Amino acid sequence: MKPPPFSYHDPRTVADAVRLLGSLENPKLLAGGQSLMPMLAMRFVLPDHVIDLNKIEGLAYIREANGALEIGGMTRQRDIEFSDLVAAKHPLLREGILNVGHRQTRNRGTIGGSLCHLDPAAEQVLVCMASDAIVTVAGPNGERAIPFREFPLAYMTPALEPDEMLVGIKLPLWPAGHGYCFLEFARRHGDFAVVSAAVLLELDAGGKIKRAAVALGGVAAVPLRMDEVEARLVGQVASEELFREAAELCRAVEAIADVHATVEYRQHLAAVLTRRALVQALARVRRA
Amino acid sequence: MAEMRKITVTVNGQAHTREVETRMTLADFLRHELTLTGTHIGCEHGVCGACTILLDGRTARSCLMLAVQADGHAIDTIEGIAPPNPDKNAPMHPLQEAFRDNHALQCGFCTPGMLTTIIELLRDNPEPTSDEVRIAISGNLCRCTGYQTIVAATLDAARRLKAEGRKP
Repeated sequence: MKPPPFSYHDPRTVADAVRLLGSLENPKLLAGGQSLMPMLAMRFVLPDHVIDLNKIEGLAYIREANGALEIGGMTRQRDIEFSDLVAAKHPLLREGILNVGHRQTRNRGTIGGSLCHLDPAAEQVLVCMASDAIVTVAGPNGERAIPFREFPLAYMTPALEPDEMLVGIKLPLWPAGHGYCFLEFARRHGDFAVVSAAVLLELDAGGKIKRAAVALGGVAAVPLRMDEVEARLVGQVASEELFREAAELCRAVEAIADVHATVEYRQHLAAVLTRRALVQALARVRRA
Repeated sequence: MAEMRKITVTVNGQAHTREVETRMTLADFLRHELTLTGTHIGCEHGVCGACTILLDGRTARSCLMLAVQADGHAIDTIEGIAPPNPDKNAPMHPLQEAFRDNHALQCGFCTPGMLTTIIELLRDNPEPTSDEVRIAISGNLCRCTGYQTIVAATLDAARRLKAEGRKP
């Protein structure tokens, strides 16, 4: 249960980190260490080089710009949890963060680390999926943007080239007073979810659903956006009956089975949590 | 070939300089290099919380950090909560006294991690509810099933600190 031998690098700039990433054999980036360190201890990963990002300045920030919440890749989960800006502008993110691990792990863990680790049941991953986040990655030829829907390629596999690293994330903001809800079912507080649901809801002046985002985590190998559910909701008058009907569509989702839950149980949880999240999101809508 | 690096870490107010293997965890550094064995190692992969320390005043799991990452930082361990006192009957930290009086430990293995976690809680939130205490210690496993008394001891410690007008 000790990390294997490796060469340790602690670059001071993104450019140096990218250069190391592109020139070293078998490197691994170390962000907050809350996933990589256990994987090193259990020898699930055996990197020859560990590139520690903790000494790079300018990668930890939370700010509002151009109608989006911009968060640096090395921003600690703790700082997101206690950010007044996040609470005011993107309450879904705050609600998701409160389900991430424990105080000790949120003090160190980073949003960028979690997104790149890309556990399909991870809360920050699901919030980004529901929010149509844009991931900014840096590589040898500069930066490029990746829409979050295209970010998960497969189970725990982000759409990053071997010589690229995540530097930031942009979460387009929903209008003030929008409805939101993050719900998960886990055996213990702080565990990864068996199934999780994230919902964003916007009503028009007449009370009809103008826009909806519904995402599910823990159900499949990657987090899912439920386009069919959203299509069923938009343009309709919000009601418990409508939410029940729309949420039932989640029962058809292609789910995975493991030691924690069967396919059928995950499908059941997907429908139940989606319905409850929709109800809660509606209750939180504030009319201007 | 083991890669080595020289680091200086301030632990419980005292600076220590050592040459360490870069793969060494902070938990092993505290225990093996500084012989501060109060920090316990349970699972070594960030699940049990026994190795919790304070890094620049914030809790962290010392098995999930490399010693080289602590270079230039301040660490507080269980040994720093009540400074050593030659008088064995001298009172300990109010939180430690509350743990003893409430029978909040049986084997004591999880206790160092519980105390460092609760110190941070009481600094942030001097009068927590029992639910808040339970959430705060949700990342610390106790296999003697002592959670009930740990919650009671924490609430008791909060009362004692308030009565003494003292910060944790």
